[in-house]
Amino acid sequence: MQMSTEIQCHTISVLVDNESGVLARVIGLFSGRGYNIESLTVSEVDPREKLSRITLVTSGTEMVIEQIKAQLSRLVPIHKVRDLTVEGAHVSRELALIKVAGTGDKRVEALRIADIFRANVVDSTNESFVFEIVGKTDKLDAFIKLMEPLGLIDVARTGVAAIARGAEAL
Amino acid sequence: MAQETMSGAKIVLKALVDQGVDVIFGYPGGAVLPIYDELFQQNQIKHVLVRHEQAAVHAAEGYARSTGKVGVVLVTSGPGATNAVTGLTDALMDSIPVVCLTGQVPTHLIGNDAFQEADTTGITRQCTKHNYLVKKSDDLARTMHEAFYVATTGRPGPVVVDLPKDILMLPAPYNATAKVKHKSYKPQVKGDLKKIEEAVKMLANAKKPIIYGGGGIINSGPGASQLLTNFARTTGFPVTLTLMGLGAYPASDKQFLGMLGMHGTYEANMAMHDCDVMLCVGARFDDRVTGLLSAFAPNSKKIHIDIDPSSINKNVAVDLPIIGDVAHVLEDMLKVWKSSQAKADAKALDAWWSEINGWRKINCLAFDQGSEIIKPQYAIRRLYELTRGRETFITTEVGQHQMWAAQHFGFDKPNQWMTSGGLGTMGYGFPAAIGVQMAHPDALVVDISGEASFMMNMQELSTAVQYRLPVKVFILNNMYMGMVRQWQELLHGSRYSESYSEALPDFVKLAESFGAVGIRVHKPDELDGAIKEMMAVDRPVLMDILVDQKENCYPMIPSGKPHNQMLLGPVAAGTEAIADEGKVLV
Ligand SMILES: Cc1cc2nc3c(=O)[nH]c(=O)nc-3n(C[C@H](O)[C@H](O)[C@H](O)COP(=O)(O)OP(=O)(O)OC[C@H]3O[C@@H](n4cnc5c(N)ncnc54)[C@H](O)[C@@H]3O)c2cc1C
Ligand SMILES: Cc1ncc(C[n+]2csc(CCOP(=O)(O)OP(=O)(O)O)c2C)c(N)n1
Ligand SMILES: [Mg+2]
Repeated sequence: MQMSTEIQCHTISVLVDNESGVLARVIGLFSGRGYNIESLTVSEVDPREKLSRITLVTSGTEMVIEQIKAQLSRLVPIHKVRDLTVEGAHVSRELALIKVAGTGDKRVEALRIADIFRANVVDSTNESFVFEIVGKTDKLDAFIKLMEPLGLIDVARTGVAAIARGAEAL
Repeated sequence: MAQETMSGAKIVLKALVDQGVDVIFGYPGGAVLPIYDELFQQNQIKHVLVRHEQAAVHAAEGYARSTGKVGVVLVTSGPGATNAVTGLTDALMDSIPVVCLTGQVPTHLIGNDAFQEADTTGITRQCTKHNYLVKKSDDLARTMHEAFYVATTGRPGPVVVDLPKDILMLPAPYNATAKVKHKSYKPQVKGDLKKIEEAVKMLANAKKPIIYGGGGIINSGPGASQLLTNFARTTGFPVTLTLMGLGAYPASDKQFLGMLGMHGTYEANMAMHDCDVMLCVGARFDDRVTGLLSAFAPNSKKIHIDIDPSSINKNVAVDLPIIGDVAHVLEDMLKVWKSSQAKADAKALDAWWSEINGWRKINCLAFDQGSEIIKPQYAIRRLYELTRGRETFITTEVGQHQMWAAQHFGFDKPNQWMTSGGLGTMGYGFPAAIGVQMAHPDALVVDISGEASFMMNMQELSTAVQYRLPVKVFILNNMYMGMVRQWQELLHGSRYSESYSEALPDFVKLAESFGAVGIRVHKPDELDGAIKEMMAVDRPVLMDILVDQKENCYPMIPSGKPHNQMLLGPVAAGTEAIADEGKVLV
């Protein structure tokens, strides 16, 4: 059988036991087998059941993506592995905190663009702003690019969190 | 269930007993002394003291593979655990169920670079199926049982339980039963019936079918081998097996084509290359088997039965995957075959068999045994012939001798052949033989060895002597790391860099110094007598068989070549056996 050799980007949700070592297992799997991680976020989502949710953005051929999912499912503390990209419509968001330093025109221009992107100012001094922006990865990328000539000095990003649209749970 | 309270070390032993463990392989040290103290005060579990922790794991693997049970290892913290790493990796690659208990510094010292501290769960995370660090006494009993459950179910593998010394000393409740239900880990054993029906259709329509079986059949248990044999007999299809699968189908059966792959038979590889429907049963399309991937069985539809979804489409994209346990799936497949009154295409099958028989006529495993120098193949043939009447288990080291053993020793039953396939660990065979002999005290257990491999774990002679284990080491002494020399001959202009076995010990005296028996064989006509003597001695025997130093292992698919371009024998000087793109492959 032939499988596609095109490189595709996939967003994968993983439900895991929130126990020590589980993140190391996931990361070790990716580094050990040479898979890409474009983004990885993790946080506890069910304190009662002690479950965490990992959102992974990765890229590879169809065969590699299938391997990644199978290898993840094989880890003992992993409950569920869902490929949001394959399963249908989903929402994905990322948050960034972006520090821009400068005075005069550049400062005004930064504020103006922030407004267009609906970024909030969460800290300001006479010569700097910290913007908070939420959106898809490419929106954040675009905003950061525009800030570069305007005094961008620091960026912190959360990585992607994603969830399927509709009434179904993971 | 009434909750009993006892020391952690007692809980460990109680859990082992409740799991039906009767023997463990280990080596003591500070962190595990509480367990050793408990061992001293009981007699349900026998402990085999190895001479190196790597050997403990290989012995446990040999025990496990020859019985279908779990092999259990006990080692101390730090160096004890790190010494076990090669064995654990070996067990992971070959899907062998092993539970390895490692000592750890007390919980309050973890992370302090305490004496003999090593981050054992960190180090072994990538070379175990799963591992645990027990940080709370309350978790101990459950973790012990869970370790056995994970090691033995689904695709088997090694599991480490890291046991801090305070956890071993503190009292704790024995609050778990041997039966485990796991929240997230639930392997699938039954195959999808629709897919099985589809598989039967594909197979019934095949003109050139082949069954390619592997280690998963052995993992599935002796019943799986029986079902495979029934299925092959019912359909009349040819069968080939991987190195790990040998014994899963009787070697003496006329439908068996021998092993496939790099050092497989000409007929098996040609049949794989030309087949139109391939039924892969518990095998993982390893690179040693497929050769050049882009030219692997190019005109075939592939059905793949495997319990591990990650084995599907890993190297080779298949048309019909069936996730499940071999025995379960084959049982259903046989039922469907019969109930749907499927029939193999007799005419096509006849033509296919005559093609296969044509390839067989090449007689690819033939060798010339003269009267002066023993050919290694001949030594194995004689061992096979002379041991046929006895319950015999064979283990091997890694190298040419291993391949000759696979080619020339016939296995008619599963669990009688123990070899390191995936990791290819020199030093595996001798300790594995010790583990096998522990499980089968009256059987003949022979480690087919090379002189270089034997020296990787020869300290275990002391173990064999201590426990009166009459294991035999059958060294095919070619004075070379023969497999390395062969690759240097083919790939590196016969520049034999560091592959000569210099300064070898006198193996006969070596054996004697340990209290074992040494026998040296020089000539072909001495061989039968020596083998008979070896079999008659009820003690460990080291056979030093001086064989042809220049013999190479053929047939061979050179790296980077497809199945239909096998080398059947030495190539003419000056011809490139392996092209540059093949040279980068291992
Ligand atoms: C020097 C050297 C040369 C070698 N040359 C060759 C060669 O010529 N030919 C050859 O074949 N090998 C050769 N090997 C061995 C090779 O490296 C692999 O170890 C071997 O081919 C793998 O065998 P396998 O595919 O049967 O898989 P295994 O490693 O035995 O894996 C078993 C497969 O079955 C699955 N499985 C496990 N349990 C079950 C179950 N209950 N039900 C269903 N599925 C299950 C597993 O998920 C896995 O996919 C060589 C090794 C060495 C060291
Ligand atoms: C631990 C380990 N180190 C190195 C190798 C690489 N290697 C594969 S075969 C081999 C030579 C084995 O020599 P010997 O045991 O004499 O067997 P022969 O090939 O001569 O039969 C070596 C060094 C290995 N497989 N395992
Ligand atoms: Mg040798």
